[in-house]
Amino acid sequence: MDLTKTVQLEEFFLSTNTIDKIDKLVPRYPDTRSVALPLCHLVQEEKGYISKAAIEWIASRLEIEPIQVYEIVTFYPMLREKPIGKKHIKICRTLSCALNGSQEVCSTFQKELKCGLNQTSEDGEFTVEFVECIASCGTAPVIQIDDKLHQSVTLDVAKKMASELKQNVLQ
Amino acid sequence: MAVSEHRLLLKNVDQPGYETDIDCYVKHGGYEMLKKAYTMKPEEICSEVMDSGVRGRGGAGFPAGLKWKFLDRKSGKPIYLICNADESEPGTFKDRQVIYKDPHQLIEGMMITAFAIQAKLAFIYIRGEMFGGARILEKAIEEARSQNLLGDHILGSDYSCDLIVHRGAGSYICGEETGLIESIEGKRPYPRIKPPFFPAVLGLYQCPTIVNNVETLCNVKHIVEMTGKEYAKLGKPNNTGTRIWSVSGHVQKPGYYEFECGALTYGELIYDVCGGLKPGRKLLALIPGGSSSKVLRAGERFKGKLKDGTAFDWALEDIPLDFDGPMAAGSMSGSGAVIILDDSVDIVEVLANINAFYAHESCGQCTPCREGSLWLKKVTTRMCAGNAREEDAELIESIAKQIDGRTICAHGEATAWPAMSFIHKFRDEFKDKAIKQAANLDKKPEDFIHLV
Repeated sequence: MDLTKTVQLEEFFLSTNTIDKIDKLVPRYPDTRSVALPLCHLVQEEKGYISKAAIEWIASRLEIEPIQVYEIVTFYPMLREKPIGKKHIKICRTLSCALNGSQEVCSTFQKELKCGLNQTSEDGEFTVEFVECIASCGTAPVIQIDDKLHQSVTLDVAKKMASELKQNVLQ
Repeated sequence: MAVSEHRLLLKNVDQPGYETDIDCYVKHGGYEMLKKAYTMKPEEICSEVMDSGVRGRGGAGFPAGLKWKFLDRKSGKPIYLICNADESEPGTFKDRQVIYKDPHQLIEGMMITAFAIQAKLAFIYIRGEMFGGARILEKAIEEARSQNLLGDHILGSDYSCDLIVHRGAGSYICGEETGLIESIEGKRPYPRIKPPFFPAVLGLYQCPTIVNNVETLCNVKHIVEMTGKEYAKLGKPNNTGTRIWSVSGHVQKPGYYEFECGALTYGELIYDVCGGLKPGRKLLALIPGGSSSKVLRAGERFKGKLKDGTAFDWALEDIPLDFDGPMAAGSMSGSGAVIILDDSVDIVEVLANINAFYAHESCGQCTPCREGSLWLKKVTTRMCAGNAREEDAELIESIAKQIDGRTICAHGEATAWPAMSFIHKFRDEFKDKAIKQAANLDKKPEDFIHLV
């Protein structure tokens, strides 16, 4: 995004539910800039990603510069500037999960759901991402589908889950 | 089992019928210590915590009472309290148990601490991936607010303090306390240089700030209950209280276990508590305190003198499970995350996996860490891809040495120490990789579990 140019942005709207949450959250903080990250989460939860228009909107709501929002959107791994698949499958890559076979688990999801590594399937249904430790190492391998943690996802479980995910699309 | 668990923080966790709502917590005696604390003077609570000797459970093991003592109370600026719930050190999953299963215990510990340090506002910085945990905490906070246990004029007193759940967004460096503070300020979480930015003096919004781990803050509640002196009788001198150990990797029963500090050894943890290794396997090594701690090899002898002058001569299995034991053995207990490796692994792949983590998580602020972590990852990944060179061990060591001690925060050491220790302890294995590959002897069996 070129922030030096004034770009004509599409109009940006949020649901009244989200606006309500934002209006309650902002006054709780001593400084509005602190609310940039929580607002990014709220926008992403509603829209699926954080567009240029969203960045402008957040900056204007908090009376800060767009670059101050942009710098955090581009830093944090969980924030994204582009939409992803309808289902987001995150497999833990780090040591304890790897010791229990997460490399194979990840390839299984990629193969079954036709996704490249950290890519979205052509039909836009799935995104498979290999992520770093999600702090559930005692029940490795673990994966997260959208906001839900699944523990002890061995190769057999992974195959079953992938086929269920595909089934749900067909229905 | 030779040693049984001593569940202080996890007393109610996993008990049948124990729920996360406030009624259940109160029924089990919850918030009584908050009420007791409000009959005490703030400085009395601080000295109880000092007497308890409780050391920070996040990784550094710094005495919490001392940290509070450093707080600049004369500046006239507001004081902030932050709970570090950004549990991200690979191998650690202890704070999750409290957050998801006993959230009010954390809130009670925090509101006692907030009162003790006279905080104006408190935050729980929870890692972004814990969606459910954030929802549970938010619900619990509203329940506590409705009963006047936090918010305005707590328990009818003159003291008010709000508690905000602030979610991270998938970045390991936010677990570093000054990076965490930058993150709450709405910036990129680039750690600050110390001095001058010790949080107790110049923390959040340049105001005095205390940052404590989830487990540390829960302990405060129990210190108020037991008194500092009684709490200090748990565990051993300089290693007081209980600790929750997260055990993962190649054991029969991985999981979280709470013990008095020093009540058992790493060997007892593996063989008696966690059911031993997988059938037919031998212990190769263990990582005693999260992936950034130095690896310890089975068969090594650890000799030296403890701080109190007693000489020790330990095998890996004899190292006491506390703060000072792993430290004396040249590593650290860190966040209490024990990762066990048996002889089925390729040790080069283990390091390659760890290196990839630190390369991904370097914030990019300091050149030695940003560039060095990536080089370590590249070299070890290349070795695992069949292109190992005999000089790679020296190369890895040389890169690691150029990171260690040359960065703003401890992420530099977290990156360098695993690399240095893996080479130090497994030099032959790293050297042999190239020779074996040249002779086509590095083939793995079909069912081999690759780590990269």
